[in-house]
Amino acid sequence: MSTTVSARPRPRGTPGGVQRRRERLTAFGMVSPAVVLLLCFLVVPVALAFGLAFTSARLVSPTPAHFVGLENFRLLFHDPVFARSLRNTLVFAAVVVPVQAGFGLALALLVNTKVRGTTFFRTVYFVPVVTSMVVVSLVWLFLYQKTGLVNHLIHSFTFGLVTGPDWLNNPRTSLPAIIFMSVWQGVGFHMVIWLSGLQTIPVELHEAAAIDGADRWARFRSVTWPGLRPTRAFVLITITIDAFRLFTQVNVMTQGGPVDSTSTVVYQAVHTGYDQQQTAYASAISLVFFVIVLAVSLIQRFLTREKD
Amino acid sequence: MATASNPTRGTGLRRVPGVLLRIVLALFFAFPIVFMLISSFKPDQQIFKDLGSIRAFLPVGHVSLANYRGVFDRVPAMRFLMNSIVISAVTVALGIVVNSMAAFALSRMRWPGRRLLLTLIIATLIVPFETFALPMVWWVNKLPWLQFDGSHLVITEGWLDTYRVQILPFVANAFSVFLFHQYFQSIPKELDEAALMDGASWFGVYRRIIMPLSGPAVATVAILTFLPMWNSYLWPLMVVQDEHLRPVMIGIQYFFQLNVSWGQIMAYSTMITVPVLALFLAFQRAFINSIASSGVKG
Repeated sequence: MSTTVSARPRPRGTPGGVQRRRERLTAFGMVSPAVVLLLCFLVVPVALAFGLAFTSARLVSPTPAHFVGLENFRLLFHDPVFARSLRNTLVFAAVVVPVQAGFGLALALLVNTKVRGTTFFRTVYFVPVVTSMVVVSLVWLFLYQKTGLVNHLIHSFTFGLVTGPDWLNNPRTSLPAIIFMSVWQGVGFHMVIWLSGLQTIPVELHEAAAIDGADRWARFRSVTWPGLRPTRAFVLITITIDAFRLFTQVNVMTQGGPVDSTSTVVYQAVHTGYDQQQTAYASAISLVFFVIVLAVSLIQRFLTREKD
Repeated sequence: MATASNPTRGTGLRRVPGVLLRIVLALFFAFPIVFMLISSFKPDQQIFKDLGSIRAFLPVGHVSLANYRGVFDRVPAMRFLMNSIVISAVTVALGIVVNSMAAFALSRMRWPGRRLLLTLIIATLIVPFETFALPMVWWVNKLPWLQFDGSHLVITEGWLDTYRVQILPFVANAFSVFLFHQYFQSIPKELDEAALMDGASWFGVYRRIIMPLSGPAVATVAILTFLPMWNSYLWPLMVVQDEHLRPVMIGIQYFFQLNVSWGQIMAYSTMITVPVLALFLAFQRAFINSIASSGVKG
């Protein structure tokens, strides 16, 4: 490459030309490790998801994979487990996104004060976030047992009136139980994001509104909420994508059960693609998943765009 | 009057409901973690017996380290911890170098195609790992590697059951590049020009001027890389079968084979949580700031 450059009758030798060439070469050298790694471990696998979905590839197979057209997708759209997994994932996202965003904002408003001990409370609310989802799932697996701590608490707070169900072994309560736990774990993360948004709003705006006689609610509506616009878009998109990725909780706590009531798209992809070694079918699931996530984030980006 | 000028600072009795609410919420977020810590010191029988009362959260009764001894009998816990430390540390170190170099070239140097490349890298942020994890298992199973077998180099196929398969896919990270890029933009360009005039190379500018000024960005990237690496579960579940190479989260599986002991599960959970918790409490400000700075990309 350097020979073709120097062969050209360019002003080589002039300090400017040499410097520019050196700058380019250094720049290429400095970006190339990241670019090569991203190509190898992101671009190629994504392309493979597209390619393998139309073949008969298996993880370990004596016969080479061959092209099967849309066969995997035909199977997929007639697969009742996939329909159930998709529905569970959508339900999970539909509940978690507004609840976690709203709860997170409430917490942020609560700790965005100068009351003594605020740092302590903020730290405590954030502790579940730095605890791994595997550990959180394990502990809650124990808490959710039929005679577990959660049911003991329910029993004593209702003075013995309500007896809690066997949360994770009942198809009607298993998904709600996972939703509750997921919000408990993740809400501190979004509290901090909201908090950083709140702190970009100038104090003077609040003071001006207070002088104009605005009460708390009016101040929230006219100052805080509009000021959080960029944060809102970010929170919405990250919670949604995270919700769609639901896997660890399910894998640790229920393995998709009982009767597929907690199976999710990612869980099914891992289960078929890895446990059953059906790489092609899992790639088809991944591809559908990818398209859904992309569509949802584009729609959200459109809805929360800056209106100029 | 104080309440009028500063709406967030109440006085006297008016503050009681707010404080109560904060305390109730603190209990709500803390109780499972406290329960885990306390139960890790109790025999199973007592854990179950204490469930009905406040004793579940108090270190009372037959408190001992028996569960921890049981953990070491059941799994090579030290090996798992070492593996996770090595994998996380190497990924963090390589990630800081690789991503900051790329960000430096993208934000401070002039070369054709840099805007396009930055846009492409940021666009990949929207692709969740889970969407291509499965095809990637197939892919790493086919990747070649050069190995020295004592006398000469041989090419081996397949990356399963190695450290590198747990490290290299996570070194380059679009979000880290983005964070470094944002930070580098805030450093005046005149510094580069002055150093170049003095005969420094571009790499010298990066290494001796820009990186020493970028402590906060390095801390943020380190934390945001470390947490998911320490917590990684899905990927090692699929690509590492060799017990000697497994990270901490996969160790969980061993506790559901044969007789399940919840005391031991709580002890192991505590062992793999406390290091991160301690880091968090020690570097709280950096942790919170790094999470908060991840919100700037809105």
